[in-house]
Amino acid sequence: MPSIEVAQPIVIDADEARRIRRRKIERTGSWLLPLIIMVAAIALWDRICVWNGIPQYILPRPGVVLTTMIEDAGLLFSSLLVTLRITVLSLALAVIGGVGLSVLFTQSRFIEMSLFPFAIVLQVTPIVAIFPLINIYVDDQTTKLLLCAWIVAFFPILSNTTLGLNSVDRNLIDYFRLNGASRWQTLWHLRLPAAMPYFLGGLKIAGGLALIGAVVAEFVAGTAGQSSGLASRIIEAGYRLNAPRLFAALILISLTGIIIFLLLSWISHLALHRWHESALKQEQ
Amino acid sequence: MPDRTSPFLILQSIGKTFASGVTALENVNLTVNEGDFMSLLGPSGCGKSTALRIIAGLSSPTSGVVDWRGAPLQQNDIGFVFQEPTLLPWASVYDNVWVPLRLRGVSRKQAEPQIAEVLERVHLTGFEDAVPRELSGGMKMRVSIARGLVTRPRILLMDEPFAALDEITRFKLNNDILELWQERGFTVLFVTHSVFESVFLSNRITVMAAHPGRVFDQLPIDAPYPRDAAFRTSAQYAELCRNTSDTLSRAMGMETADAVH
Repeated sequence: MPSIEVAQPIVIDADEARRIRRRKIERTGSWLLPLIIMVAAIALWDRICVWNGIPQYILPRPGVVLTTMIEDAGLLFSSLLVTLRITVLSLALAVIGGVGLSVLFTQSRFIEMSLFPFAIVLQVTPIVAIFPLINIYVDDQTTKLLLCAWIVAFFPILSNTTLGLNSVDRNLIDYFRLNGASRWQTLWHLRLPAAMPYFLGGLKIAGGLALIGAVVAEFVAGTAGQSSGLASRIIEAGYRLNAPRLFAALILISLTGIIIFLLLSWISHLALHRWHESALKQEQ
Repeated sequence: MPDRTSPFLILQSIGKTFASGVTALENVNLTVNEGDFMSLLGPSGCGKSTALRIIAGLSSPTSGVVDWRGAPLQQNDIGFVFQEPTLLPWASVYDNVWVPLRLRGVSRKQAEPQIAEVLERVHLTGFEDAVPRELSGGMKMRVSIARGLVTRPRILLMDEPFAALDEITRFKLNNDILELWQERGFTVLFVTHSVFESVFLSNRITVMAAHPGRVFDQLPIDAPYPRDAAFRTSAQYAELCRNTSDTLSRAMGMETADAVH
């Protein structure tokens, strides 16, 4: 028999009511405030251009940038696609390489001792300095850019995942041993899931770095005039004093970075929200 | 129901010295009978957890022999419950209990009757899909016990399993574990530092002394099972607790006497 629920008014004291109101205001403010500031900044940008009579090739007005983005959409978005392809591919390779290597490290301390310093060397040497070498040894343009972005992106995944694989509760490792778990079973059922939060943290960093890597690589390579990603659009626009297009390309890159970050955060949330502390706090 | 007279596990002059030079155990001799509920009672540092790890095969003794009365103990035969629930935080209650079976190649589906039965026994039916963080401390410990029992081990090793729980929850779990033990007739080796808990649960208590860890005395707890709330408030229980407490005091007093010399 369906029963009709009568909503009981809950009696709340003044302090609790204040807390609820505060939480509501904070929740609205968390998206409204940045939006207001953003709109205000754009408006100010526009006013500064008008008040000072700044020419378009120095600082274009926001409206002009927007029109350029729409007018040059074909060119810009096809370039974006090129950059995005390098970013995604290099990120995927960074995941494979980083996770693969960290799994190898946890299988043997000796392998970790031998190889980890090389990973650090690769990480601390500025990619711009390495690139001329890559330029000499690698012919294919895509491979060049991929390699470059990969070098930048794989280290956070490697170091985070290694940390995660080694941070498993000792008692759980003992428990698996007690139950006669093989090395493979311990890795698959215990170490890898336990490393997941660390890996996802590394992935979030690596996502941004892969984009930076892809753009920087193209910048360095782009002077040879062979590439067609967003970075070369920026260089090209710079040479031609086409500031509106330069801004449009810049905004596209930055939007792409934000989308990558949000996407990876969302994946992380999906994977962890039921059990990991870091994801629980976001939920509230 | 086993008669608790035939030896099941014999520790013969077990010694353990760590690489640091600390002697955790010295000449430990101990006989556990089939069906015993034996408590290892002692102050911290008496090596009771080390002894449990050696019995489980997680650590090897420096000297002495762990004798399972000739019967090669298969992995199925040991259940282990840690002080912390030690569950996989990402896995559901069902999947956590499945772990020991899964590691033995039993599929999720095949394991279903066993898991359902053991979850029912620890009063967790209906919580199959919950993850550990959604459970209270007592419920997590129940999952841990269910996981320890799902393989139907012949001996359950418990390392201060209820130490972190509040008293009300601990009493409840005490009753539950006794009920399970009587029903299934497995052997229990229970590490604790609580006199009251060891007296309530065990049919025999091994009191240990520290520095180095050794067996100080063995006390039979000759009170009939089943033991319930009435037993907790009985004069007999109070008397047994006093005896045990005295023995433990002597075990610890000896330790200070040693230190003076």
